Amino acid sequence: MNRVLVLGATSAIAQATCRLLAERGARLYLVARNRERLEAVSRDLQTRGAAELHTEVRDLDDVSFHEGIVQRAERALGGIDGVLLAHGVLGDQKECERSWHAAAKVLHTNFVGPASLLTHVANLLESKGAGTIVVISSVAGDRGRQSNYVYGASKGGLTTWLQGLRNRLAPAGVRVITVKPGFVDTPMTAHLPKNALFAKPDAIASGIMRAVALKRNVVYLPLIWWPIMTIVRAVPEFLFKRLKL
Amino acid sequence: MGRGSRAPGHWRGGGAVLEPPRMSSHESWGHFPKVAAGDQGEVTLRWLPSRLPEPPHGERLLAHGLGRSYGDSCLNPGGSLLLTSGLDRFMAFDPATGLLSCEAGVTLDAILRLVVPQGWFLPVTPGTKYVTIGGAIANDVHGKNHHGAGTFGRHVRQLSLLRSDGRVHVCSPHRESELFAATVAGLGLTGLILSAELKLQRIQSQDVIQETVPFEDLDGFFAINRESVESWPFTVAWVDCVARGRRLGRGLYYRGRPAPPSMAPTRPARSHLTHAPLARVPFRLPSFSLNRLTVGAFNALYRWSNLRKPSPSRVHYDGYFYPLDGVLHWNRIYGSGGFLQFQCVVPHSDGGAVMRDLLGRIARSGQASFLTVLKTFGALQSPGLLSFPRPGVTLALDLRHRGASTLALFAELEGVVREAGGALYPAKDACMTPESFRAAYPALPRFEKHLDPAFSSAFWRRMTGAAPALP
Repeated sequence: MNRVLVLGATSAIAQATCRLLAERGARLYLVARNRERLEAVSRDLQTRGAAELHTEVRDLDDVSFHEGIVQRAERALGGIDGVLLAHGVLGDQKECERSWHAAAKVLHTNFVGPASLLTHVANLLESKGAGTIVVISSVAGDRGRQSNYVYGASKGGLTTWLQGLRNRLAPAGVRVITVKPGFVDTPMTAHLPKNALFAKPDAIASGIMRAVALKRNVVYLPLIWWPIMTIVRAVPEFLFKRLKL
Repeated sequence: MGRGSRAPGHWRGGGAVLEPPRMSSHESWGHFPKVAAGDQGEVTLRWLPSRLPEPPHGERLLAHGLGRSYGDSCLNPGGSLLLTSGLDRFMAFDPATGLLSCEAGVTLDAILRLVVPQGWFLPVTPGTKYVTIGGAIANDVHGKNHHGAGTFGRHVRQLSLLRSDGRVHVCSPHRESELFAATVAGLGLTGLILSAELKLQRIQSQDVIQETVPFEDLDGFFAINRESVESWPFTVAWVDCVARGRRLGRGLYYRGRPAPPSMAPTRPARSHLTHAPLARVPFRLPSFSLNRLTVGAFNALYRWSNLRKPSPSRVHYDGYFYPLDGVLHWNRIYGSGGFLQFQCVVPHSDGGAVMRDLLGRIARSGQASFLTVLKTFGALQSPGLLSFPRPGVTLALDLRHRGASTLALFAELEGVVREAGGALYPAKDACMTPESFRAAYPALPRFEKHLDPAFSSAFWRRMTGAAPALP
């Protein structure tokens, strides 16, 4: 991944991953909605060795810009060989239960928007016959739980979309990597009490770079979430519905 | 979160950058003094704020980086901490001039990783790279090259400081220079340092040429030191403070200089490559694990093994400057009671006699520990009003906190230092009296004019009796 389009570039995981890319002299096209933060991130990555940096201030919830973003990134970088999609919201489950409007917003930001972006990205990379698409999904998408099913459904939908996309793009030589982090110590989880399962964004970032190097399809980060989610998925539904998870 | 005893309240200010405040479990490096659960709030900063958050009940604020201050200067019970380690972005680096600017939460480790491959090094570094640049400025840290380079603050070209007047003050030795002088070594009490510009030091290689010279007593130390400070930029000595009588003050003198370029560069510690420490102390050791016997055995072994190493030798900077960073949480060896750091500086004039007195008392007390360091400071003046280093001899050591006997020993040592016209180091202190502080820091009245009323710390309240919240 040398010429990389980064969607949601000011997210903690994207920042940490971009630092590793910048240290390898990558060329980056960063998209985020807050100009000031995007500039701070861009200066940081420039200093850390990024060979080239472009920024676009954009709210990715607005799907009408998506095709243009991909085109502009391709032009600016002279081609795209990697995409990192890292934006998303956790939402407030209780509020989502009360208000469809709140739930719809979570679904839009975490699923509809990314699906739109991935459509344009996939078509471009498929036509070029190469590239790696890395998308931050979540362990929460592995099973619907009462405490978190709106976010979980948005990520579950995204995971399924990626599964299909991987299947579709494999013959074209385009790789799709689904990243499923557990709890990560980021602004998204700032309100949650921290426990031993919380990982640092740096750890997720190096896991992502490893997944890219090893050409993995689906990665749980940190690895401990693979056995945890295997168990969570294995509980039969008649039991699971009685659990308070 | 709100497991605290204080009534929850509404925070204002900080804009969208503010994360939900919560109760803080942050401690200082010495695990002493303790902060009662729920007694200290915290807010994580991830982006440079344009104005300060305002706690609900007027509790005062204090920036907290990586918490490497030993005592209570990084604690704020009754108030709140502003956690700065998320302010970790570089802003610019010019490899031609060695000027680096970055946000205040950037660590010295991150700076080294960036600049060493490009031929630059920190102008001054303390014995750990796991401190933030904001903390390095606020404590005006020093290193093995004090006699030639002065303190960290001398190399800060400019800093920006967010104060409760709602303004970002850009200050330097030439602009708002009094505020700059108050902020360097200002213990975080003049506002929140947002960013800084630092002038780095050129290097030819990542290595240091190190020479180890044993000395049998304090006179030996002073003899080697006199000759070394002329020609060696880095000097420090380890003292075996279990040794008594004729052996009092015996130790190893380490002197170093930047190595010339080499065709066969040395290998860094494994921790440097993997970003992981070589070892970690998984939990606080039981209190009996450090005693006269184990410390004595360690010191003898340490002396013997270091004398076996070839000298001079070429070593990677990591092993030379940061040997303890290889052991994560080394402070846990002192157990749950924590430990006290004692670091003083006394004037050169009768430095030898005072050191003999101090080391004699420590050895007799049987409370000695293995990390005892002796060095002389040079005459280069720091811009910081409350800067600790000053011309003289400095001694630093850990004392495991065993309760009253340790506090009594500390008070005894403090008395000797005060008598000698010396000073203790606020960044490492948990015990000194306000009288000692005032006597050792005569610029205090000048400093106090620049205090930010919204900021305070446990240390400051202990020294001045100030309140943890705004009236």
